This record gives sequence, structure tokens and C-alpha cells, in this order.
Amino acid sequence: MRALGLGVILFGFWLALSGHYTPLLLSLGVGSTVLVVYLATRMDVVDHEGIPLHIGGRFWVYFPWLLKEIFVANVHVARIILSPGLPIHPLLVHYRSSQKTDLGRAIYANSITLTPGTITMSVDGQDLEIHSLTWVDVDGREEDEMDRRVTWVEQGA
Amino acid sequence: MDMVFDAVSWVLISGGVFFMVVGAIGLVRMPDVYTRLHAAGMTDTMGAGLILMGLCFQGGGFPVVVRLVLIWLFLLFTSPIGTHALARAALSGGVEPYRTTPPQGS
Repeated sequence: MRALGLGVILFGFWLALSGHYTPLLLSLGVGSTVLVVYLATRMDVVDHEGIPLHIGGRFWVYFPWLLKEIFVANVHVARIILSPGLPIHPLLVHYRSSQKTDLGRAIYANSITLTPGTITMSVDGQDLEIHSLTWVDVDGREEDEMDRRVTWVEQGA
Repeated sequence: MDMVFDAVSWVLISGGVFFMVVGAIGLVRMPDVYTRLHAAGMTDTMGAGLILMGLCFQGGGFPVVVRLVLIWLFLLFTSPIGTHALARAALSGGVEPYRTTPPQGS
């Protein structure tokens, strides 16, 4: 089932990038898709982490919210950099994430890193060590909401 | 219509360039490797994002837009991993994070 999904996605990707739709090239595209799916199956990477189809729908609900957060954080960091006094107070904080799977934790840790002002330094089980540019960045409200949302994504549709 | 597209494209690309320049200024002003990563993160996300978005309006139609969106998605998926790897390497290399004295009252 996942292999089939991978095949459909890969062929869609091929179609989007190729732009040539003659029978010869289309059959070559199908051939390479089948070959890649076969190799991926043999490599044993077609699993819930390699091809996370189950979170597909919810991820695209989460994504716009993440983009909004990235935008807000960018403006915030830009203001810090441009203010003459450079008002930074870097600190390391520890968070406990509520995700159950490694995939969910990876999404959460990468989301934290993507929003400027916070960087995930290390992940150890449920514990995340985060470097933050100011005290305000880790007052917990945004991170808690992000944590909740990623856990919701992880549960899948 | 072309005028409108051009204007939107210009605004977006200028915004992207602004964040790129601010990120570069941040790289120079920040005191240590970790805080510099925060500034570098701006160029990855907003800088590149806005420029790619602006390029979508530069004509070329659907195939070009698909490619630009794919570039942007791959950038969003890979850049935090690079940032994380750098921070982790610095941490295990024993680089002490720069600290300021806490502000009054906290």
C-alpha cells in the first residue's frame, strides 16, 4: 500500500519535472518509477517513517500555521538584529515533547529550528534542548501550542 | 495584468533581499556561533522563501512555478537539519554558549 503511494508520488514528481509527454518518455518515466519503488522496498525504507502517508492530510493543515509562525519569528529576529543595542539574552532551555513517535519528534524539532530565534540543539527521547535568542522566545506559549499541533499531526487522519 | 504581476514580484523579491541583508548583518553582529545560527536561519526561511515566491510571478507559467515550489519545500525540509547539525557539532565540540547577565527583575 505504501509502495503504491510512493509510486504514485514519484511518478507525479516525474511528470511535474519532465514536461515531455510522448509515449516513449512516459514509459521511461514509468520504468524508472517502478525501479525506484523496487529498490526502496528492497532497502526496507518503505515504512511509516520513510513514507509517512498517514499524516499527509493533517500535515498540510499544520503547514500554513507553521509558515505564519516562521513569518512572525522572522520579523521579531530582524527587529533584534537591527536595533542598535542588540538586545539578545541567549539561553538554553529544556522542553519535554508530547509526541509518541520519532517522526513526530523530528517534525517538532525541525519546526522549532525553522522559526528563527529558537534552535533545537539536541533531542534525547522526549527531552529537547533548545537554544533561544531571547527570554521572550521561550516563554512557553508558542512552543506549547506547536507541541500540541505536532502531536495532533502525528496521530494521523 | 503584466504590470500587476511585475509589481507583486518586485515587492516580494525586495522583501526577500531585505531579510537576506538583515541576516547577513546579524551574522556580523552576533557574538557566537549559536546566535549566528539564528541570523542565518532568517536567510533560509524568509529570504529564500520570499525571493522564490517573487520569482513565481516572473512568468514562465505552471511548470516553472511547480519547480520553484519544490525547491522551496526541499529547502524548508533540509535547512533545519543543517542548522541542527551545526549546533550539535559546536556543542559536542565544547563551544560554550555566549551568555548575558539576566535583565533586572527576572
